[in-house]
Amino acid sequence: MARVVVDVVLKPEILDPQGQAIVGALGRLGVHGVTDVRQGKHFELDVDDSVDDETLGRLADTLLANPVIENFTIRR
Amino acid sequence: MRVGVVTFPGSLDDRDAARAVRIAGAESVALWHADPSLHEVDAVVLPGGFSYGDYLRCGAIARFAPVMESVIAAANDGLPVLGICNGFQVLCESHLLPGALIRNDHRKFVCKEQLLRVDNAATAWTTEYREGQEIVIPLKNGEGGYVADEHTLDELEAEGRVVVRYLNGNPNGSQRDIAGICNAAGNVVGLMPHPEHAVEALTGPGTDGLGFFLSLVGVLA
Repeated sequence: MARVVVDVVLKPEILDPQGQAIVGALGRLGVHGVTDVRQGKHFELDVDDSVDDETLGRLADTLLANPVIENFTIRR
Repeated sequence: MRVGVVTFPGSLDDRDAARAVRIAGAESVALWHADPSLHEVDAVVLPGGFSYGDYLRCGAIARFAPVMESVIAAANDGLPVLGICNGFQVLCESHLLPGALIRNDHRKFVCKEQLLRVDNAATAWTTEYREGQEIVIPLKNGEGGYVADEHTLDELEAEGRVVVRYLNGNPNGSQRDIAGICNAAGNVVGLMPHPEHAVEALTGPGTDGLGFFLSLVGVLA
């Protein structure tokens, strides 16, 4: 059994309105100097050793992320 | 003539879609997300709502529902399929249509009567309209911003696959004011606005949406 982490973020060219809202809220905390925020998703998968990297890649590419608008990284 | 309307957990507009099908003169057939059978329908409507609570991404879980395996196979064989709002999102997640829908650029849910222009009156769902015809139907979504890469957008424009476009201002940040598109064959159409909410004068801004359903009935007849 291993813990696999998949992080998904919107591609740089895709608008992230939630990130923009967070930038605005950070300003209201009195913190200045944060110029941009990109919000993403963090998945933690407990997987059997029998699940190979190719399969994990397929899971990320077909369900966890939408490759049309998102990039992902997998850490085993 | 049998038109299936799929109900996913979280679908909202399946009953209105079924009603629009009946008003257009066809028989509506309820299809259930967990049942892979299409029950010999002649067309399918994927209705609006929040399938699977919009978990993960809008339409991402619905795409793997048992009924969708059958819908995807049948759509690739030419079955007319209309995806409205969440149904459009499901079609994009299923790769039956290119691109994706993201959160509205202004971050707010939009609910309004929306002016549209029909740019393609040759799809299975738009033959009742004239090319260039302006129609008003309701728009209601939080994640209706249509995005695709430049190459895909150029291809959609060149092939006349932008079916409807927003007029009088872009309500959600959709690229090139795109409100709806079709596949290359024209049998699969997806759009964010809701034609099924504009089929009776009593309950909608008018009856401009009925043409989508009358088109299908005409094409299948």
